[in-house]
Amino acid sequence: MTLLTILIDGIAYGMVLFVLASGLSVTLGLMNFVNLAHGAFAMVGGYVTVLLMQRLGVPFLATLPAAFLVAALAGLVLERTLYRPMYAKSHLDQVMFSIGLVFMAVAAMKYAVGSQQQIISLPSFLLGRFDVFGVSVGRYRLFVIVLCGLLALALFWGFVRTRFGSRLRAAVDDARVARGLGIPVTALFAVTFAVGSGLAGLGGALGVELLGLDPTFPLKFMIYFLIVVTVGGTTTITGPFFAAMLLGVADVGGKYFIPQAGAFIIYGVMVALLILRPEGLFARSRS
Amino acid sequence: MTAALETIGLIMRFGGITATDDVSFTLERGARHALIGPNGAGKTTFVNLLTGVLTPSAGKVLLGGEDITALNREARVKRGIARTFQINQLFGAMTPLEMIALVVSERLGEGGRPLARLDASPRLVEETADILARFRLDDIMDERISTLPYGKQRQIEIAAAFAAKPSVLLLDEPAAGVPEAERRELLDLVGSLPEDVSVLLIEHDMDLVFRFATRITVLVNGRVLAEGDPSEVARDPAVKAAYLGEGAHG
Amino acid sequence: MSTADLTARVRGSLVLARKWHPAEFVVWVMAAAAFVLFPRQLLLLNEIAILALFALSLDLIVGYAGIVSLGHAAFLGMGAYTAGLIALHVTADPLVGLVIGMAASGLLGLVTSPLVLKGNDLTRLMVTLGIGLLMLELANSLGWLTGGADGLQGIAMGKILGIFEFDLFGKTAYAYSLTVLFLLFVLARRIVHSPFGLSLRAVRDNPLRAASSGVPIPWRLAAVYTLSAAYAGAAGALLAQTTQFVSLDVLDFHRSADVMLVLIIGGAGWLYGGIVGAAVFKLLQDWIAWFTPQYWQFWIGLFLVAFVLGGREILHGGIRALVARVSGRRGGGS
Ligand SMILES: Nc1ncnc2c1ncn2[C@@H]1O[C@H](COP(=O)(O)OP(=O)(O)OP(=O)(O)O)[C@@H](O)[C@H]1O
Ligand SMILES: [Mg+2]
Repeated sequence: MTLLTILIDGIAYGMVLFVLASGLSVTLGLMNFVNLAHGAFAMVGGYVTVLLMQRLGVPFLATLPAAFLVAALAGLVLERTLYRPMYAKSHLDQVMFSIGLVFMAVAAMKYAVGSQQQIISLPSFLLGRFDVFGVSVGRYRLFVIVLCGLLALALFWGFVRTRFGSRLRAAVDDARVARGLGIPVTALFAVTFAVGSGLAGLGGALGVELLGLDPTFPLKFMIYFLIVVTVGGTTTITGPFFAAMLLGVADVGGKYFIPQAGAFIIYGVMVALLILRPEGLFARSRS
Repeated sequence: MTAALETIGLIMRFGGITATDDVSFTLERGARHALIGPNGAGKTTFVNLLTGVLTPSAGKVLLGGEDITALNREARVKRGIARTFQINQLFGAMTPLEMIALVVSERLGEGGRPLARLDASPRLVEETADILARFRLDDIMDERISTLPYGKQRQIEIAAAFAAKPSVLLLDEPAAGVPEAERRELLDLVGSLPEDVSVLLIEHDMDLVFRFATRITVLVNGRVLAEGDPSEVARDPAVKAAYLGEGAHG
Repeated sequence: MSTADLTARVRGSLVLARKWHPAEFVVWVMAAAAFVLFPRQLLLLNEIAILALFALSLDLIVGYAGIVSLGHAAFLGMGAYTAGLIALHVTADPLVGLVIGMAASGLLGLVTSPLVLKGNDLTRLMVTLGIGLLMLELANSLGWLTGGADGLQGIAMGKILGIFEFDLFGKTAYAYSLTVLFLLFVLARRIVHSPFGLSLRAVRDNPLRAASSGVPIPWRLAAVYTLSAAYAGAAGALLAQTTQFVSLDVLDFHRSADVMLVLIIGGAGWLYGGIVGAAVFKLLQDWIAWFTPQYWQFWIGLFLVAFVLGGREILHGGIRALVARVSGRRGGGS
């Protein structure tokens, strides 16, 4: 394996992490709500893809929109019913609440489909590797990079250029002022939450091959999402994007070069960064 | 003799706003000094700089000639600066007795003792009782602070500053929200402090200011507009125009 | 009223605040009576006592100093592994292991305390979570020391004080754990009612005013964090010694979440929350495990969600009413 191959693997991994975590960063920025259950929506998306492929024989690509939609719908329903009453409560309550959701999701998934690792058979055109200027690149990884790259661009464009995006940014900046300006923050949040959950679902589906999938997924990857968000900050799309890239490359590289250290490096880096920059690495400082 | 408290070229910027603009100020020992100025003049910011709640963008704070600009809040309290807050800052879940006992215990250096008992220190008990009596808090001393009426809470706010036995006392609008009748009493309490305690009073009620102060500083837009004894300040045309002209004092 | 009168009243009030309430004796007499009343449940009672100690340790920082943590398992694990390693390699004397386990955890707490001093609740939750996962990962990577995924096996404990031998039914185990819990509880009780304890409550209530009253906040928080870590280490050491086994599970995230839940159930800030919560939690777990052993986690989750969404007010209202009925004085925590 060459250095470049590792780099590309890391980028693919980081891209999936970004899609997985982007919704969380907006939720956190918008409502100041720590949704540790974000990974549960990702898991739902992953299982939608797995089950559609295994039980109904739906082709992989066709399952991706379904993964997005089911997770988004779950997000929409839960936001309206359970999450909303939590916004006014303390961070501790919010955290305990979302941990509760994670536990329920994990146990329910174990009950429903069993605790084994899920394997999907990708379509043949996504299998194997090919050479680009002498660097061996996995087809699926390239596919992920292109797809997630496009998604990231779309998100970036949506966040910066559209009316929805500018309202969202205003609300993230100061929800009270935004309300005063007549921006429907509550509705904005419901939509964002649903889209964020949907993206998590899509990330979960794309990640089955790269990250693996079993019912403990939300717990296993919780820390990764949190790193992306805390390091990347919540005021931009680019912050979490670069944080995810950094994390992806560092994790893949770290596991390749110093396998005995495991995930140790990642957590160490996270704690260090949190201490140095409690507001996130890319966040602009707010007074 | 050195002044009790002094600032040299103190500057505080918040983004684009300069809330404290090159203030050089002297609080004499034993002074009864008032700091007045319109809303947003930077009075509270000035007190925050003196007490270490904020760190100045530039300039120095001297206490009895010693540079304390770099000291944190606790260290300044230990050196004898106490304050009240414009908006009450209380321990809502405690009783008045506990809150006063806390301040006294920190002053006596008991606070770092995990195995000591509060009631075992006669000084702590006596001084706590003394403060409670002086501020007429004895009949409600076992009630939860957060459940008390505003006027009582205001008294606790001020009592807590007294309990620190300061040599420099900074009062940020202590009478705000206190009924007319009780304001005098409050100021009498301040007046009854030992003569060597230096007091800086921020207050909008001009009757109180002129009754209390022997020296007045006028702050406008973060700058010192005028300073002098009450009659001088009252006559100052610039002050009249900027502040008193608004009809606060006849 | 005369000054002397008031001074006496103030002193009386301070004494009353720290005096043992009759209901407190009842709790401990019941805990001791359980030893005789439920001879077949001693292993479960032992687990309750250990969990109660772990929750008590969390209460010291959450309830008294306002420091929230999602990584308290780090200290439980540190104590457990230290005690386990001491037993395997140094001495089988339980008390030595207990003391060194506490010291090791306390040291870890002291070293990591600067990390939790800064920031708001959110940063603290994330940092503690990170530290907890870091410790788990560390124990996993140091397989040569910790046994990795297999854990520390073959721990054989000696007699306590050279007299009491551990038995299969948990008799010695429960007596040992309960005694340690009681002694550490008495110490904690003394500490929270001291001037030091008062200053912690001040910091929790209003840090701005605390600092303006002369409380050196970072030092006090570091001290209580270290103390709490040592307490968690004691719980970990008891766990290792009474089960004679240590695995990565002691550092798992669910441990940190569980103990937080225990404290939330019992209420933080009145010391008994950990004991009440641990009893409720373990009995519930035992009861649920009786008919659906695999899906315990689901019920815990449901419980958490229901609890923060409104169940707490109902439960604590009930407890407070009960306490008020029984004692007519001090009520439950928040
Ligand atoms: N933390 C802060 N961040 C940004 N601006 C601030 C901050 N604190 C004060 N200011 C600004 O500094 C200026 C001075 O405020 P300050 O509270 O010191 O005025 P004041 O004289 O105490 O007014 P008042 O009589 O209303 O209490 C105001 O324009 C205020 O908006
Ligand atoms: Mg002010």
